[in-house]
Amino acid sequence: MSGLAAIIGQPFLRYAFLAGAAIAAASGLTGYFVVLRSQVFTGDALSHVAFTGALAALAAGADLLIGLYGACVIVALAMAFLGRRGLADDTVIGSVFAWILGLGALFLSIYTTSPTGANGTSGVNVLFGTIFGLSATQAVIDSAVAVGVCVVMIVIARPLLFASIDEAVASARRVPVRVLGAVFLGLVGVTAAAATQAVGALLLLGLLAAPAGAAQRLTARPFRGLWLSAAIAIGSVWAGLLIAYAAPRIPPSFGILAVATTVYLVAITFAPNGRRA
Amino acid sequence: MTFSGLSWNVVADVRQLLMFPFMVNAFRAGTIVAITAGALGWFMVLRRQAFAGHTLAIVSFPGAAGAILVGISATIGYFTAAIAAALVIAAVPRSLGGRAGSSESAIIGTVQAFALACGALFVSLYGGFLNGLTGLLFGSFLGISASQVLVLLAVAAAAIGVLALIARPLFFATVDPDVAAARGVPVRLLSTVFLVLLGCAAAEVSQITGALLVFALLVMPAATAQQITARPMASFGLTILLGVVIVWLGLAVAYFSVYPVGFFITTFGFAGYVLAAAGRTAVSRSRRGQALAVPA
Repeated sequence: MSGLAAIIGQPFLRYAFLAGAAIAAASGLTGYFVVLRSQVFTGDALSHVAFTGALAALAAGADLLIGLYGACVIVALAMAFLGRRGLADDTVIGSVFAWILGLGALFLSIYTTSPTGANGTSGVNVLFGTIFGLSATQAVIDSAVAVGVCVVMIVIARPLLFASIDEAVASARRVPVRVLGAVFLGLVGVTAAAATQAVGALLLLGLLAAPAGAAQRLTARPFRGLWLSAAIAIGSVWAGLLIAYAAPRIPPSFGILAVATTVYLVAITFAPNGRRA
Repeated sequence: MTFSGLSWNVVADVRQLLMFPFMVNAFRAGTIVAITAGALGWFMVLRRQAFAGHTLAIVSFPGAAGAILVGISATIGYFTAAIAAALVIAAVPRSLGGRAGSSESAIIGTVQAFALACGALFVSLYGGFLNGLTGLLFGSFLGISASQVLVLLAVAAAAIGVLALIARPLFFATVDPDVAAARGVPVRLLSTVFLVLLGCAAAEVSQITGALLVFALLVMPAATAQQITARPMASFGLTILLGVVIVWLGLAVAYFSVYPVGFFITTFGFAGYVLAAAGRTAVSRSRRGQALAVPA
């Protein structure tokens, strides 16, 4: 109990646990559809966009959050409109985001050599996350955004599921398939931006893919899987934070990803009635 | 002769470029790496394994960070990690349709994120080599030694040799896996061997461009060449040529500028791709216009 009291007593831990839970819920819900729609590579690309967006804002002297959210949402919507039904070709995505990452390297170099005296830490923080370093305002903004994503996801979950599983029938039944795909990718972009603060641009893919993959192994029923995915994500974040708190040399991002990966491994090994491998 | 910066005299510029041994080594290593990446990347784009290729590239970062942590050569770490990840991805059941299933992509994504998390852990455990971290992620061509070039050359020769041996059946298995399997081509074995070769190429490239930008050299020359021509041998040769040109240009410009080499390599690669795609669109439009005009 004293451990719990210590965690509640420390503001930075409170922020980490609250914002972490909201971000994890958003990643779990969107991640489930990302995996279902085979758009993991798109999520991968968005995570790299998050890095470049944040560093571009820093290099220009603007607020990091503006660059992060702006870049993620714009690129997500661009992907939705360029690709047919929001599924751009792997090669196109790959070429675009390899270049965007190169731009990120440029901004990193501009920022770290700028006369404002910045050091290399910000770049590393964007890449690997600083959940223990969230300020009160950041925690409130991230939580509010993540809760908003969750609400929209729950509202569009039913038609989106229909559109993901059988696009032709869904559009025949007047489900707005294209709009749904675009809204969904926009939500993934927002989630990517929020999660960058928690686990970092490079690792958020794990928060999108691992809980959702595990949930799909554990149950074939879509809505149960959706909730399960969110629950696994929240559990991974909390457990990871506890590990990082207990062992200070372990970065929190590693703790979170290690728990999520372990859950996925266990789900693959012992899936009772999961989908065919 | 002393270093005096960029001038309009091209011969003097090239002489300046090759004035220091580290730069000569960088060009040697860059050429080897571009050829390897082009050859493997061409098959990668054709097989639509861009996501797996990206993951293999990323994995070299924890490999190198881990090797530095335990105090062995980073080169060993690069190759061990990439080959291990290639075997893990190959063990994942892949649908015969060729297109990655949703379950497979979730596994690849998790492997990638976990590998990066391990890299973050190793860096944190090692403590304080922040500059080295940026080098591992975004590349640096300053510290390539002659012995490193030899290692790169040996691995590249081995990888391309194996690729040459399996090229024909691999091409068959890539274009039509069902028919190839029916004709007795060992499709799964070929796929595993190919992923291991791709891992070797990724490990090589990441020593020059950094783990995050490997993907540019794997995917961009091949994607550009496949936009320009559909004939396999022509586009294969073009891929390797484009890769070498991109790396040479990137190294040369980076030498005279303060900005990182990775940025220039990715930018030249992307510019080539955009030009090729735009040119192809224009050509197909004008052909369509001619085809419509001729019967009338």
